[in-house]
This record gives sequence, structure tokens and C-alpha cells, in this order.
Amino acid sequence: MKKYGKWAFYLLLIVIVALIPLYLNRSKSGKYTIQVLTMAMIWAIATLSLNLILGYTGQASLAHGAFLGIGAYAFGIFVERVGINIWPALILASLITAFLGMLVGLPSLRTKGPYFAIVTLCFNVIVFKVFENWTWLSGGLRGQKVTMPSYLEARWARYYVVLGFLILAILIERQIVKSLLGSSFIAIRSNENLSEAVGINSFRTKLLSFTVSCFMVGLAGGLFAMEKGSLDYTITNYMYSFYLLIYLLIGGAATLAGPVVGTVGLYFLLDKIKGIGEWRYFIFGLILIVVIIYFPRGIVGGAKQFWEWAKKKYYRTGEVLE
Amino acid sequence: MTTLLAVEALTKRFGGLVAVNKVDFEISSGSITAIIGPNGAGKTTLFNLIGGSIRPDEGKVTLEGRDITGWKPFSVARGGITRTFQTTALFEELPVWVNLVIGHRMRTRSGLFDALLYTPRARREKKETTREVMEVLGFTGLAEYADMPAGTLPQEAQKRLAIAVALIGKPKLVLLDEPTGGVGLEETDGIITLIDKIRASGVTVCVIEHKMRMIMNLADYIIALNFGIKIADGDPQSVCQDPSVIEAYLGECIA
Repeated sequence: MKKYGKWAFYLLLIVIVALIPLYLNRSKSGKYTIQVLTMAMIWAIATLSLNLILGYTGQASLAHGAFLGIGAYAFGIFVERVGINIWPALILASLITAFLGMLVGLPSLRTKGPYFAIVTLCFNVIVFKVFENWTWLSGGLRGQKVTMPSYLEARWARYYVVLGFLILAILIERQIVKSLLGSSFIAIRSNENLSEAVGINSFRTKLLSFTVSCFMVGLAGGLFAMEKGSLDYTITNYMYSFYLLIYLLIGGAATLAGPVVGTVGLYFLLDKIKGIGEWRYFIFGLILIVVIIYFPRGIVGGAKQFWEWAKKKYYRTGEVLE
Repeated sequence: MTTLLAVEALTKRFGGLVAVNKVDFEISSGSITAIIGPNGAGKTTLFNLIGGSIRPDEGKVTLEGRDITGWKPFSVARGGITRTFQTTALFEELPVWVNLVIGHRMRTRSGLFDALLYTPRARREKKETTREVMEVLGFTGLAEYADMPAGTLPQEAQKRLAIAVALIGKPKLVLLDEPTGGVGLEETDGIITLIDKIRASGVTVCVIEHKMRMIMNLADYIIALNFGIKIADGDPQSVCQDPSVIEAYLGECIA
């Protein structure tokens, strides 16, 4: 019964989220909000991908900004220069990102601890510089146009496409982390040496997690290109890697709802306070500090903790009353 | 009795220090072997060499005649040797039962596609894992703690859990590094009974211990180390009365 209640809640949530564009589509500012929400959901897919390698497997990748850009450009180039249909292009872009992720993981995941973060950050800086200077690849400041088919011209249409992929991404991550493979990922995050002592090949397991994670962020990149309609090299900026990291930490790492709550919430907030210009990063930093000090497990982790505490308190009171 | 593990002229140097110096011994199938010696004698280094977390400079380790020298820890574990650590190593923030699921991972093969599509194999292996976890929880007396984070258990229960995590992968040989270290004297009985039960279930045990009274009753065979050199080995009585062991370690034979 309890289980059905949970699924009913998720279904209701999906229905509500699916109904939002119907309401917003009536006004001009509402249409803009649809665009903001669509972008927020794309970033949420990227944060979910970081959650897999960092939240569940414990390896801090600071190259996800680069992989997002690589996925976006791969998609844009397939659609615009090669001229293939957007759906196979989306899959191809994700596969290419996954493959490049594997190549980066092969040397860098052999290390333990913070080295992986350093190596991946360096990779991101290199990718950024490459895209900045190889204008034949990136189109430089002029950028790369990405033409969408006419059925994706309406903002609400793209909203539903992205919503569909977000749900898919959550389901994929759920299937993985609740599986036996997921227990291997979590084992490495918890104690890598002990994992090896009980027969888990930690290098191969980390590599698999990173490759799947890169596939997902490549998908987010493709959707980003689809939504924007054009790209320039700044999408590979390593700042985005830190954005994803902050979204994840604030939302709650190693939870399924955390990346979505953190990303959509913060992205939406940042858009609302656009008017104050650079000052919004001050607020961004303030939120980060408060969350890390008072909710080290993020908003969703904190909510879970509160729920457990409240349940215990309730039961204890119940026992006393008996 | 057949030989399960053979160690030949095993040597490990750390700079100028020879931590393990040409050590030879054999562990026979179905026995309990104890390794004793003063602090710094090289006991844990010996375990690390067998377990693969460090590579020997010289010598050979064979398991059932198969050369496993220099294998990586996960290969050694899959080959049939699991271990516990001196400073109890657990997946601390994870519930007890998840610790055991992880320990059982090397007996399951489910990968990415099994996870994504929830294949028959994934289903079968999940069932199998659940069954094994229940069995080991019962065997080690940890059922009451099943849902608690491993790090919150009492010290003695943590020691038993570390042994349980090593056992659930169905090893041929289990290496226990001070299984009663840091546990009160009155609580060691539970662990001694457990070690006896492990042997009775057909798993060979090799244990590092300092509590001599416990070792004298428990072990079939004792190896004494000092400064990386094997100074004596044999049945408990003869090792206990060996003059070099008394001089280096015991002071006097208590048995």
C-alpha cells in the first residue's frame, strides 16, 4: 500500500509538471518561463550525471563542463554539417561523449583520492582552450548554428522533449544505484581499499560509472544545443563544472531527487535575481555556505534526516503515551 | 592434510628495513593457523603481501598450487583469499546488510545491462544475494543490527561484521588481523566461538593475535615472527616452549 502511495505521488508530480506549460503558454512572460524551466531541466540531467560519478561513486569529476560542451558540439555538428536527423544525432553525440570520457578515465581513474579532480579540471581547461582556438571546430565567437525541425520550434514542444529525457535520466540512475552494480559504486565511494579486498575491481567499476556519467552529460549537451539553436565555445567553460558541483552539493549528493531539486531551484532563483547583476553570485555563495554548514547532505539529504528525526520523535511520543 | 597456501622465501624491504625476511610456511586445508610476534615483527606486512595490497620483492605465494604472487587485491579475493584489517575496515555509513551485499558482489556477475533492464540474471542474483545475506547475518549473530549503519555498531559487533563481510564471498582461506583487538576480554569469547564455527564450516583460517591464552586453545599451528624472520613454527605447545619465542615475545610460556 505504502509502495503504491509513493508511485501515485510521483505520477501526480509528473502530471503537474506536464501541465505547467499549458498555464504558462498564455502570456509572453510565461513563455519565457517555459524556456527557463526547460534549460533548468537540461542542467538537471547534467547534475544527475555528476551525481552518478561523484555522489554515488565518490570520484569528483571537474570535467563535466567540457563533456557537456563536447556533447553539445557533437550534436550540433552532426545535425548542421553532417545533416543527420536530430534523434540519431542525439544518441551519437552521447556515445561520442561517453567514448571520450572513457579515454580520459583510462589514465586518470587509476589514481585514488583528489588526483582525479585535478586531472579532470586540467582536461576541462585544455578542452576550453582548444574550442576557443580551433575555430574550424567551434565556429569561434560566431559559433555553430543548430537548426531544429519545425515541430520543435514551439518552446513548449522542447519543454516536453526535455521533460521526457529528464524522467528517463532519473529512471536510468535509479535502476543503476538500486542494482548490485550500484552497490559496487557505493562501495568504492565508502571505502575503496576494502572494496578491492572483497573482490571488486575498483578501476573497472569507476571507469564504467564515469563512462555512463559522460553518456548522460553528453545527452544533456545535445539537448542544450537543441534548446539554444546555436553554440559557441564558452559552453565548454570549466566554470560550468563548478556550477554542476554546486547544484549537486546544494541539492543533495547521492540522492535521486537532490540533483533535480538543487539544479532547478538554483537555476530558477538565479534567473529571477538577474536584475542585480554580478551580485547574484554573492547570494549563490551565501546559499552554498549555509547549506554546507547546516545541511552537509544538501537540501534533500537534510529533508530526509528531518523526516527520520520527526518519525522517531513521533514514535517515541507514541510509546510514552502507551 | 593437503596444503592450501604455501609461502616460499617471501621478502619485503622498506628502504633499509627488511620487514619480511625469507619467510616460508604452509597452511593446511581446514586448519586454524596463528601468526604471533611482537609489534613490528612483520605480521601485518605478511598479510598485505599475501592479500596483494603490497608486492613482495622476492619469494612466492601459491594457493592450491596456483602462483598468486603479486596479484592485485581483488584478484586474490576472487581467487579465494579474503581478509579483515587491524583497524577494523567497514563501509561505515552503509547499513550492515549493504556491507554484506557488497561482500557478496564477487559471487555475482550482474553488470550495467542487467541493472538497466532488470534481466532474469539480475533478479536471480538479487534473490541469491538476499538469501546469502540472511544466512551470514544468522551465522555471525548480527541479525539484530541488520539495518544499522556499520559505523554505529559496538566495537565487538563491528569486528564480527568485518569477518562476516570477508566470509560472505565464500573464500577458501580467510586472513583475520587481530580479530579481538580493541575488544574487552569478556567479549572475546563470542569471536573465538565464531572462528571455531568458521573452521567447522570448511573455511581455513589464518589469524594474527596477541592474546596467547586464546591462541593456545584455538590454533592448530603457530608461526612466530620477530624482526621479519620466522623464529619458530609448529603446534602450540612446542612453539610456546621454544626458547627463542620466549625470549623475543612471551617472557614465559603460560600454557
